[in-house]
Amino acid sequence: MHVVVFTRSTPDTAAKVEVGKDGAVSWGDAATVVNPWDEYALEEGILQAKNGGGKATVIAIGAEMHNEALKHSLAMGLDEAVRVWDSALEGSDSLAYATAAAAAVNKIGGVDLIICGKESVDVGTDQHIYQIARKLGWTMLSYVSKILAVDYAAKTIKVERLLEQGKQIVTSKLPVVISVMKDINEPRYPSFIGIRKASKAVIPVWSLADLGVTLPETRTKVERFMNLPVREGQVEMIAGTPEEQAAKLVERLLEEKVL
Amino acid sequence: MSAVFVWIETFNGAAVSSSWEALGAGRVLADKLGVPLTALVFGENAAAVAGESGTYGADKALVCTDATLNGFRLEPYAALLTQLVQQHAPKAVVAISTARGRELLAASAADTNSGLLTEATSLDISGDGAVKVIRPVYAGKILSEAVGSAAGTQYLLLRGRSFKPGTGSKAAEITTIPAALSEDQIATKIESFEEEVGSVNLTDAAIIVSGGRAMANNPKDAPAGVADAAVWKAQDGFANTLKPLADVLGAAIGASRAAVDAGYIPYAHQVGQTGKTVSPDLYIACGISGAIQHQAGMRSSKVIVAINKDAEAPIFKLARYGLVGDLYQIVPAVTAELKKRLGK
Ligand SMILES: Cc1cc2nc3c(=O)[nH]c(=O)nc-3n(C[C@H](O)[C@H](O)[C@H](O)COP(=O)(O)OP(=O)(O)OC[C@H]3O[C@@H](n4cnc5c(N)ncnc54)[C@H](O)[C@@H]3O)c2cc1C
Ligand SMILES: Nc1ncnc2c1ncn2[C@@H]1O[C@H](COP(=O)(O)O)[C@@H](O)[C@H]1O
Repeated sequence: MHVVVFTRSTPDTAAKVEVGKDGAVSWGDAATVVNPWDEYALEEGILQAKNGGGKATVIAIGAEMHNEALKHSLAMGLDEAVRVWDSALEGSDSLAYATAAAAAVNKIGGVDLIICGKESVDVGTDQHIYQIARKLGWTMLSYVSKILAVDYAAKTIKVERLLEQGKQIVTSKLPVVISVMKDINEPRYPSFIGIRKASKAVIPVWSLADLGVTLPETRTKVERFMNLPVREGQVEMIAGTPEEQAAKLVERLLEEKVL
Repeated sequence: MSAVFVWIETFNGAAVSSSWEALGAGRVLADKLGVPLTALVFGENAAAVAGESGTYGADKALVCTDATLNGFRLEPYAALLTQLVQQHAPKAVVAISTARGRELLAASAADTNSGLLTEATSLDISGDGAVKVIRPVYAGKILSEAVGSAAGTQYLLLRGRSFKPGTGSKAAEITTIPAALSEDQIATKIESFEEEVGSVNLTDAAIIVSGGRAMANNPKDAPAGVADAAVWKAQDGFANTLKPLADVLGAAIGASRAAVDAGYIPYAHQVGQTGKTVSPDLYIACGISGAIQHQAGMRSSKVIVAINKDAEAPIFKLARYGLVGDLYQIVPAVTAELKKRLGK
């Protein structure tokens, strides 16, 4: 059995992100880190590969910046890392990414389980996961908060999903694409030896030609990025005893008609 | 025939109310394009929900009540939506970006190699049918303007509470359609559903009262013998200090990650970059410092009230009203005042 985890790099969540005069997005000298949601996916990949007696491969689609996430993944203990990149993917949309992702999974072959994070915290399009599944023709189970049972021989899986109105228990046949939630596990920190090994690893890059795939036409395009409009009006500080503060606050909220 | 399709999400046979916002946005698109607005309603009680859709602006409704569509499973829903898009070639397919809405539209957009624009907070369409949206990116730190191509079907996911529900006065013309898959073609089975009862859904809530790490600074003494006094104090604070305020306001309860990580309240309540993104009319942050990751989830709230004992806390930079002091004194006073003023 083989598990594939998808990940990407994002700016550190504490970064101040801004659009410069030239229209480019920058996050100063803040670090680039593995997408925080993907840490749970990576941990689950390691656990499931061990559980099924197989291997776990991590894939990132994107330019060199995404090596950061792959090195972190290797340092955590994933067996292999691959980066998929091709100039034809520059500026393309999720449809193109999903097509390339599905081709990479097919190239690896024998994959029973794909694990993704819930979403990427930067561009946060939250669509790759479903589109990878459709391009592969596999089932998709999103927002998985627990893997209750998995039988790689019988090719079945049972999971708990966290939806808006509550928890759903679902069974499915493998192969399947899942996206995992924060509660599913406690991601490990890379070990010192892991970090050393990862820093030396040479990560292969697969082009579209290597994957033998052509991309669907790009249907959407980002025109520009904009800074947020400045929040008008300064904060009004309400002083006094708690009772006075409360009375004044309620007065204001009634004036604002938000109650 | 071209149209604008809007998927009406249902839960236990009733429409999820934010779906009517999607009909409102769909109405604007349909009017600009001069095409009918069609509601898609699948699953239990779909015919009744479709009947309701006319009062929110739908001209027509396509209804499927096949038993395979009871509860939500991606495969039968996506197969049916994809089939309908292939048959009718609508200009747009619109839904609210809920857990189910996201996967349904993303899956069907992949099936039909169509464009998908997600998390739109504003929407426009040009005469030739090219859709333009504005969506927050980088956890709401900046905005992005994106366009879809005028050719083909454009899939659109809208952020909840960003568009006005539609209005209408005539009944939608209902057509019943068959399912696209039969039960033996579906790999997943729903075993059970454990509904979370009695709590207001955070993302739909008009008012949210949130508590942070400071909930542990409850002046009450923890009973002897509890395993962790801080956890007890914080949980007591959520239940007996924040909940009464939320109850007078009809509000949902939110929390910071610090409160969630410390085990004060379940993860489902977490607001922020790795929690829920909310945009209520009123957000009351109690004992929350306002870290950038927390702001990411709540900065688009209309009015923000911050209660914090530290006058320098970053949350005050975002707030409309700031109250410096102990939340355990201020919150009960606000609750009492509201009861008095609202006559509850
Ligand atoms: C990758 C990543 C993702 C993250 N995602 C999220 C997220 O989704 N959501 C989130 O919230 N955070 C998130 N964080 C964490 C975030 O950085 C902060 O650590 C967290 O928001 C702090 O929570 P807090 O404000 O409750 O606690 P603190 O920062 O400790 O603030 C507590 C506040 O309470 C005040 N206080 C203390 N006692 C009282 C009292 N009696 N009355 C009134 N005020 C009092 C203090 O003055 C202080 O301002 C994330 C961090 C990382 C690294
Ligand atoms: N460029 C990418 N390369 C690899 N995996 C990705 C990429 N973008 C997104 N993912 C995966 O898809 C999940 C959802 O991301 P998104 O669809 O961007 O919100 C992430 O948590 C990753 O697991």
